Amino acid sequence: MALELEILGIHAGYGAVRALQGVSMQVRDGETVALLGTNGNGKSTLMKCVMGNVRPTSGQILLKLDGVPHDLTRLSTEEIVGLGVALVPEGRRLFPRLTVEENLLLGAFRREARPHIAKNLELCYETFSVLKERRRQLAGSMSGGQQQMLAIARALMSSPKLLLVDEPSVGLSPLLVSNTVTMIKQLKEKHGLTVLMAEQNFHQAIRIADRGYLIVHGEIVFEGRTVEELEHNDMVKNYYLGTA
Amino acid sequence: MKFLLGALVLVGFAAAAPLFVHLEYFYFAGFVVLQFIVLATAWNILGGFAGYVNFGTGAFFAVGAYSAVALYKAVQLPLGLQILAGAAAAGLLGFLVGLLTLRLRGIFFSIATIAITIILETVVMNWHYVGGAKGLPILRPTEMPLYFTNYTQWLFLVMTIIAVLAVAMARYIQVGWIGRGLRAIRDNEGAAECSGVPTLKLKLAAASISGALMGAAGAPFAQYLSFIEPSSAFSLNYAVNALAMPIIGGTAHWIGPVLGAILLGTVQQVVTVTISSEMNVLVVGVMLVVFVVGAPEGILGLWKRYVLKKGTP
Repeated sequence: MALELEILGIHAGYGAVRALQGVSMQVRDGETVALLGTNGNGKSTLMKCVMGNVRPTSGQILLKLDGVPHDLTRLSTEEIVGLGVALVPEGRRLFPRLTVEENLLLGAFRREARPHIAKNLELCYETFSVLKERRRQLAGSMSGGQQQMLAIARALMSSPKLLLVDEPSVGLSPLLVSNTVTMIKQLKEKHGLTVLMAEQNFHQAIRIADRGYLIVHGEIVFEGRTVEELEHNDMVKNYYLGTA
Repeated sequence: MKFLLGALVLVGFAAAAPLFVHLEYFYFAGFVVLQFIVLATAWNILGGFAGYVNFGTGAFFAVGAYSAVALYKAVQLPLGLQILAGAAAAGLLGFLVGLLTLRLRGIFFSIATIAITIILETVVMNWHYVGGAKGLPILRPTEMPLYFTNYTQWLFLVMTIIAVLAVAMARYIQVGWIGRGLRAIRDNEGAAECSGVPTLKLKLAAASISGALMGAAGAPFAQYLSFIEPSSAFSLNYAVNALAMPIIGGTAHWIGPVLGAILLGTVQQVVTVTISSEMNVLVVGVMLVVFVVGAPEGILGLWKRYVLKKGTP
């Protein structure tokens, strides 16, 4: 199924604070797109807009499935999940007092996902064997790295086609960040996912990205059509890597 | 299966009780304990499973009671239909309270439910058809239903049936997808929404069901006392008890509120008879403090720790 995410000039904010000012970007079928930017530049807000948690004040977010456009700004979060979009939220946001298995089952809450629960659960346990060992344990009692695995696995339980990953590096050691990013790449290839990843760790992000956008103060200031373009762009160096 | 059997035994006992229990007080006290089982179970659906602490149990209870009274006075509606009407009216109120959860969470939600209680009490105080502030005496039906010779015994059976249905409902919710979704809301509402859990629908369902059960518990209230007046129907005691009982029993499982209601309800009855009815409230307060400090997961938590020997994580 051909999928394309097109974000057209969205503005969004919280009260008087404007977080996004006319952001436009595109994610095409099978790509891994990195959304780069340091803290407080609107990456998470953009993710929340796509998920329907934050309503843009203007602009459109179109998810085209086989050429049929769905305007996500008009749909509820459940409906968006129902279309095959899943989010691995920033800071993981698990259900700490529920067991690992319950966390996973909650990822498959929507009716369309329920018939595939057994298969998806097995797939998750196969990919993340530590989750199988700990499936009766409370999610909040696991280590940060394990929780990140669970957050990713939970998102996969809805059999998504488009996976949004918001800052997988938050609160993890450099080695775990590297493992997590590698894991995302493997899962993407295995399940044929399209991935949009917001990340401030530039070097980790471009390891798996096909291309990327740089967001500064709620505006896309640079679009790199290849990883090389990102690496050699002055703005990226200036705003982001501090090496200009 | 075990549950169904237990429920049938209980209802059977209540139906047959007049044959061997003749002490009138048994039915009076039993009715109150059963009524609290319904209220505590209903409260737990929204407060325990979903984490929305409702302080307005009195409002739902009274809406059930006054709906029944109004319809009884107007058209002599039979008890079964009074209960259905009371449940429907309180369920509708629950739906409206559920809409509040769109904007209000935590303590703000709780305060709003207290406000609703006060507003509704004021409305009823000025509603003269049902007696206003000075109350309304109720004449029980003169014809006894079925084989009963005493209306209180009949009310005891009716309340047993309501309690069994309420607990069955809570159990059904707990073990299924609805319960899992509500627990997710309690743990992290934002994350639940992102995972595709239909949070608003679930909250509305939980609030409506919880409200309807409280209304059903309230509907026979006037028949039980042969009298109704606003300050006892809207009493804050219902809110405090409906909250204290699940906390004392344990909110994680449907049996928690049942245990809490039986324990606290019985102790209160004993205290009322042996010491004074004023001591009731004190007992609730002291037990609540003791449990919150000593056993935050209630009787269920103690059971898990000392009988099943599982550490509470």
